[in-house]
Amino acid sequence: MSWITNFLTSSLGKKLVMSLTGLFLIIFLVVHLAGNLQLLFDDGGEAFNIYAHMMSTDPLISVVAYGLYFFILLHMVQGILIAIQNRGARKVKYAVGNRKSNTFASRNMMLLGLLIFFFLAVHMGDFWYKMKFTNDLDMVTYAGYDAAVRDLYTRVNAAFQEWWIVLIYIIGLIALALHLWHGFQSAFQTLGLNHKKYTPIIQGLGKIYSIVIPIGFAIIPLYYFFVK
Amino acid sequence: MKLKLKIWRQKNQNSKGKFSNYTVEASPEMSFLEMLDVLNQQLIENKEEPVAFEHDCREGICGTCSMVINGQPHGPMGLTTTCQLHMRHYKDGDTIVIEPFRANSFPVIKDLVVDRASFDRIIEAGGFISVNTGQAPDGNTIPIEQDEAKKSFDAAACIGCGACVAACPNSSAMLFTSAKVAHLGYLPQGQVEQGKRVKRMVVQMDKEGFGNCSNTYACEAECPKGISVANIAKMNRAYFSAVVSTDEK
Repeated sequence: MSWITNFLTSSLGKKLVMSLTGLFLIIFLVVHLAGNLQLLFDDGGEAFNIYAHMMSTDPLISVVAYGLYFFILLHMVQGILIAIQNRGARKVKYAVGNRKSNTFASRNMMLLGLLIFFFLAVHMGDFWYKMKFTNDLDMVTYAGYDAAVRDLYTRVNAAFQEWWIVLIYIIGLIALALHLWHGFQSAFQTLGLNHKKYTPIIQGLGKIYSIVIPIGFAIIPLYYFFVK
Repeated sequence: MKLKLKIWRQKNQNSKGKFSNYTVEASPEMSFLEMLDVLNQQLIENKEEPVAFEHDCREGICGTCSMVINGQPHGPMGLTTTCQLHMRHYKDGDTIVIEPFRANSFPVIKDLVVDRASFDRIIEAGGFISVNTGQAPDGNTIPIEQDEAKKSFDAAACIGCGACVAACPNSSAMLFTSAKVAHLGYLPQGQVEQGKRVKRMVVQMDKEGFGNCSNTYACEAECPKGISVANIAKMNRAYFSAVVSTDEK
């Protein structure tokens, strides 16, 4: 084996892949939330639809998007493989469990990750798939914008009138919050960034991030369901 | 005080173990191991097989005593080995479940005794410094910065007991390996071989079948010597840099 495969299949190399893909997804969430908050504008969906059109047609964004799909799958597959290997490292389990020395989130990263994945399947099946691969969405035109764009806004509005879709979103976002609660600071520790000067800052930022971002996302379905 | 004990009994590495129940009369000033000595005396007098458990210094410095007590390696007290745990922390009538350290890389030899030779093999792979023999060099010929010496000493406090592996939900040996890497790596004498050392120790750690670290920090919480997970971060840095700087594959 070459030094690269030796490295990537070592326990530390596998951790590094989880850390770097995780940090990429953490940055993505900020961008995604910033774009989605346009759904809260009272403009009949104009800003959001034009934004969604740009996101699905701009060639540079397409390249980044395919990178994103790849990193999500890599993070997921690698995470599952690591979790299976870790469980296998103790064939005879303890009779008395120990819940005192670590957090629920840190013990259950794979379970939380799978919940997020099932949420993603529903989420992307409803919006991304319909936007890119079907003609289910009507075309609309806006003054001052040349091209006709797909009316994703109306689909979002319809979806968030269904209580069960809103419920799936809330469950998915709670899982995301817990996953980030452990994952944010964990990514930095894996990179080797741990020092008494800045580790408390990273941990604090991680806690703020893991609460604020999921709440930001949750506001959208809740606003459409209860207010609109 | 009267205690109910539920202890893992296993004849040898290949046999299937099970829990057996015992009652023992202990006094609060006894250490946990002295309480087990009393039980074993009782078993010997009844012509039963005594419980096998490991112990040596009984001063909390050798790392020989192991066992998981009610789900916690070395019992409920922080920064305490099993031999330094005293029965005054238990109440009359308490039930105590005692299991061996559990990990595939720590196979049970008998009852509560596990084989921790996998740790020795990690040390053999690189956890040492090659030095010239001969007369001892004069003191202070190699300047060592005070803060670095302190960090090295803190890491050197690791007694290699294996509680980190026992506590980790993934049976990972990262805290032990990183303590040894940091202990040598903070000192100028250790820095010479740092790259090769960290790579070889990580390769051996993986080969022994320990799980991967997922930063739950259960190891740090249960470590009787308070070894910090900052050492794991240091090992990661040293390993990533060694991968791209050493000539070895």
